[in-house]
Amino acid sequence: MTPVFLYALVGIVLFSIGLYGLILYKHLLRKILAINIMGSGVFLVMVALAARTEEGVPDAVPHAMVITGIVVAVSATALALALMLRVNEKTGQAVLPEDRET
Amino acid sequence: MFIDSPHWITAIILIPILGAVASFLWRQHSVKLALIAATGTTTSVGILSWQVINSGVQRYELGAWNAPLGIELYVDGLSLSMLLVTAIVGFAISIYASAYFRDDKTNFFWPLWLFLWSALNALFVSSDIFNLFVTLEIIGLSAVALVALSGGVDAITAAMRYLLVSLLGSMLYLMGVALLYHSYGTVDMALLSLRTEMIPSMWLIMGLMTAGLLLKTALFPLHFWLPSAHSSAPAPVSALLSALVVKASFYILWRLWIVVFPLNEYARADLGVIFGILGALAVVWGGVKALQQTRLKLLIAYSTVMQIGYLFLAFPLASVMGWKATLYFIMTHAVAKTAMFMVAGNILIHKGHDRIADLYSTVQNLPLTIVAFSLSGISLMGLPPSGGFVAKWLLLEAAVVSGQWWWGIVLLVGGLLTGAYVFKVLGYAFIQEDSNNAPRPIGISKRMEWMALCMALFAIVLGFIAPFILGIIDIGSPFTKGVL
Repeated sequence: MTPVFLYALVGIVLFSIGLYGLILYKHLLRKILAINIMGSGVFLVMVALAARTEEGVPDAVPHAMVITGIVVAVSATALALALMLRVNEKTGQAVLPEDRET
Repeated sequence: MFIDSPHWITAIILIPILGAVASFLWRQHSVKLALIAATGTTTSVGILSWQVINSGVQRYELGAWNAPLGIELYVDGLSLSMLLVTAIVGFAISIYASAYFRDDKTNFFWPLWLFLWSALNALFVSSDIFNLFVTLEIIGLSAVALVALSGGVDAITAAMRYLLVSLLGSMLYLMGVALLYHSYGTVDMALLSLRTEMIPSMWLIMGLMTAGLLLKTALFPLHFWLPSAHSSAPAPVSALLSALVVKASFYILWRLWIVVFPLNEYARADLGVIFGILGALAVVWGGVKALQQTRLKLLIAYSTVMQIGYLFLAFPLASVMGWKATLYFIMTHAVAKTAMFMVAGNILIHKGHDRIADLYSTVQNLPLTIVAFSLSGISLMGLPPSGGFVAKWLLLEAAVVSGQWWWGIVLLVGGLLTGAYVFKVLGYAFIQEDSNNAPRPIGISKRMEWMALCMALFAIVLGFIAPFILGIIDIGSPFTKGVL
């Protein structure tokens, strides 16, 4: 097993853990964190797969994609947190109505 | 010459972005600035279409960096049709919204909507799967913020759910992009279409990207987030979401399916049957749910769930005629649904509620609005001579040609269900008021009534100008693999 493969595999595992958390947890903060973990998984896969060139020089394109991806992820997380605070303010609970415990 | 300049393709992205920033910075002039930007964008799309119609497919390399490294913009008949429908619907909604939003809080509508417009235009001209991801994210974030605009409990929770769904969809898509880049070393669709082949990881890539995009497109049974998000937003926003935003992710899926995924003709039709069945279920489910609704905006939102189903009926046919039918469905639905949400907005302001059972005497007070509702209903039902009829006719013909006539039954059932819920609303709207102690209705701006009517009429006109539109769609033959 090459280190590159190991990194990519860890990326996939992180992605799956995030997906699991997003679907199963009810608290919005946990859901938002889960999405961020999924994002980190994808970024790790991209960084690892940048070792695809044979001379050992990393491919710059996936790195550029990761940077763009991080920018997108930060803005999305900011919006999600702001909305979560609003949900909490309006309903007293940071969960979606369908997940509310009665 | 000025009008032949190749830079117009960037103008359709830059003008709305500049307009968004300007209307955010100078809040007190936001309406004026936004309307100027909307006019500028619509004009640029007009000039771009003049170029495409006269001299064929347009390409543009941003910053003069060519394809493998830089971002290439590409406009063919399919992109142009999407740009045109976005411009027409977008311009009409801008005018409508300038009368609809009166208080200061809703000034945020303008920057968000212009960002959304810019991202939509950028999406339709991108031929780079990573750039598509970025534009899809801008669309998602601005759409979520627009849903949350009214600030009520329903709107905020719907926006939250929409954001989570949208981000999940993007992550699945992005994973697909990463794997595609790893296997083929490019994110350019044209290069990918030459390189992709059926390796084992291709199934994973197709699965991830398709799942992510279907979630964003809200195909049954992944539509659960749509009715609440589309119905709790302010009327102009609902119109934008139903008319344009769900079509953006559909457009990406469509392009990938035609160009990038390495499927031969038979595999494409066989896998397409899954889409066809889900589409048929969406038509029936969306129609039945729409019929059960007691609120007008929810009814229209479920009608969107239903209309999205139609878009997927052409996948099992996998023929050029079927794809043209899909594009016609997209255009007609965008225009007719915009008219319908404008109608809902007019009624909501006029009556202060949108309970279908209490719509009595609307026809006396808002005659133009009810005419607009009927006309857009006719187009959604697919009665001749509307645009919806052309779409259904093309699809039926494509189904018969490929020997799969049974998809026609879905069209018939869908038409009947649509007729049922349109007449349900009209039935209540035509009831005469029997008491005078009802709360006094609020008058609404004439501009809002006329915009709804214009859009509804345009949905009918689309049926008459079909040869012209079908000619535009064919430019650069977007539905044949290997031409992008």
